[in-house]
Amino acid sequence: MMNKVNKKILLGVILFAFYILVQVLINTGIIDSYYELNLVIIGINIILAVSLNLITGFTGQFSLGHAAFMSMGAYTSAILTAKFNQPFILALLLSGVVASVAGILIGIPTLRLKGDYLAIATLGFGEIVRVIAINTDYIGGAIGFNDIPRYTNWTWIFASVLVTILLIKRFLNSYHGRACIAIREDEIAAESMGVNTTYYKVLAFAIGAFFAGTAGSLYANYFYFIKPDSFGFMKSIDILVIVVFGGIGSILGSVIGAISLSIISLFLQGIPELRMVIYSVILFVIMVYRHKGILGKREFKIFKSRKKNRKKVEFNVGAISK
Amino acid sequence: MEQVLQQLINGISLGSIYALIALGYTMVYGIINLINFAHGDIYMIGAYVGYAVTRFLGLGFVPALLISMVTCSILGILIEKVAYKPLRNASRISALITAIAVSLFLQYTMMYFVKPDTRTFPDVLSSNKISILGGKALLDTKNIYIILITIVLMLLLQYVVLKTKIGKAMRAVALDKDVAQLMGVDINRIISFTFAIGSALAGAAGVLVGVYYNTINPLMGTVPGLKAFVAAVLGGIGLIPGAVFGGFFLGMVETLVSAYGGSIFKDAVAFGILIIVLLIKPSGLLGKTVKEKV
Repeated sequence: MMNKVNKKILLGVILFAFYILVQVLINTGIIDSYYELNLVIIGINIILAVSLNLITGFTGQFSLGHAAFMSMGAYTSAILTAKFNQPFILALLLSGVVASVAGILIGIPTLRLKGDYLAIATLGFGEIVRVIAINTDYIGGAIGFNDIPRYTNWTWIFASVLVTILLIKRFLNSYHGRACIAIREDEIAAESMGVNTTYYKVLAFAIGAFFAGTAGSLYANYFYFIKPDSFGFMKSIDILVIVVFGGIGSILGSVIGAISLSIISLFLQGIPELRMVIYSVILFVIMVYRHKGILGKREFKIFKSRKKNRKKVEFNVGAISK
Repeated sequence: MEQVLQQLINGISLGSIYALIALGYTMVYGIINLINFAHGDIYMIGAYVGYAVTRFLGLGFVPALLISMVTCSILGILIEKVAYKPLRNASRISALITAIAVSLFLQYTMMYFVKPDTRTFPDVLSSNKISILGGKALLDTKNIYIILITIVLMLLLQYVVLKTKIGKAMRAVALDKDVAQLMGVDINRIISFTFAIGSALAGAAGVLVGVYYNTINPLMGTVPGLKAFVAAVLGGIGLIPGAVFGGFFLGMVETLVSAYGGSIFKDAVAFGILIIVLLIKPSGLLGKTVKEKV
């Protein structure tokens, strides 16, 4: 028992030290604005991947509309901060709430669908959101939304990533999280055990959408400018790729996936013509040779305090394949 | 009224292209349950092969169509052997990501070689406008060609699937892969054959689009690919008549919506209809509902 507490304290200290270290490096200019930009992108990708992992990896609901929630959050935050001069913390939370409400509204009807059908329905939802954003003049239409104040910095990113991971981790270890994992393993069996499957699927969707919304808010308030096409079908795919790359159903996998894919694309920026070709080959090789992702379902030890309980639900690795 | 007629003609032409692409989607999905995202890009490559054959070799429309179909079917078999076969028993998401990787690979490799610019497809079909129904609507000969070729290809496909031995094997594999294998069907050969036929149809669609709209570019496959998939799902995925019906239905709805001022919402309408259909009848408009057994 003592050991576990010690480990948690140690982890906290390491994370805090990491935060301070990076902050100092930013202040002294060793991490210049280019690297800071990439840190921000990595942070946003981590939030997006972890939240999608909750929906796709842990609850087993195949969603291709995650970018739509991000765009809703981004636009909400942009309107609140640029047009109404609201404080950033309010915009951040409200972005999450708006995305979450949208997640509930779209989730209640579509989550009755299964597998590929759900994927296509959410893809359609994402496209509809994008087309509506393109045709709404109030938020800039196809040209995009300009002059969004910059609030996002390393502190906000670090805190948001940490809060996202902690909350989703806590959720997954709770009764409700276990219900979600049970749905992934076998929906019918879960239902016959008294799990309200619709409720938990919508709940997972709402939580995932909430964090995607906050990620959108962080994005909008860092880049000054957003446009509907940044949140298209390909963005949803990018997020899904991070999740699968890192390992479906592994939080740490999503974190590592987000970091490694961001670094890969950083290196590939030097060869713009071949960037996507190499990217697709890497993707392909990983899928063929490690189709469960880099980590599979493994978690970092320090996070895995209830190993024995988890074992029981891990026997059926390819549950989503059904 | 005149405008409606005119738009219906355009809608049928667009719809037949969607239907040709949707057939490939539906056949592949029916047989290995994979959303083949690379299918739209095979269609793009078909258009480029048609372009190369007509522009650089100076051949006519029919040889271009045939060469493009053959090239695409070889490409389809190759993609299946290299990319999808190793993942046949992997989870669905991995297979889907692989399909997306193949799609990106085709798009950007093509872009690397042919440059991202839009190209003008040579005029290989004469375009004569015929007024029909007492001058109420104009019928382009290109429309007639597209519709005729689509119908011929579909009848051919229907013949292959329903009347030949390999078609019977395809239906058996789609119904139950393991049992088909026990009955002595060579699954790998059937899957390759399915990819070949589907890709050939996509290649034909590519040439037809090039001839009809005159412009091609390396990213032209994404949106029609998605739309054709929507069409396949609308009609009932895995069903050949469903794909044809869905393709024509979507083509006509889209042209009618854009004709009545909603062109900016065209894409949203297609996906909106898809979501509504999925909610009411997830197996598609022509599909049969299958009860899930525990």
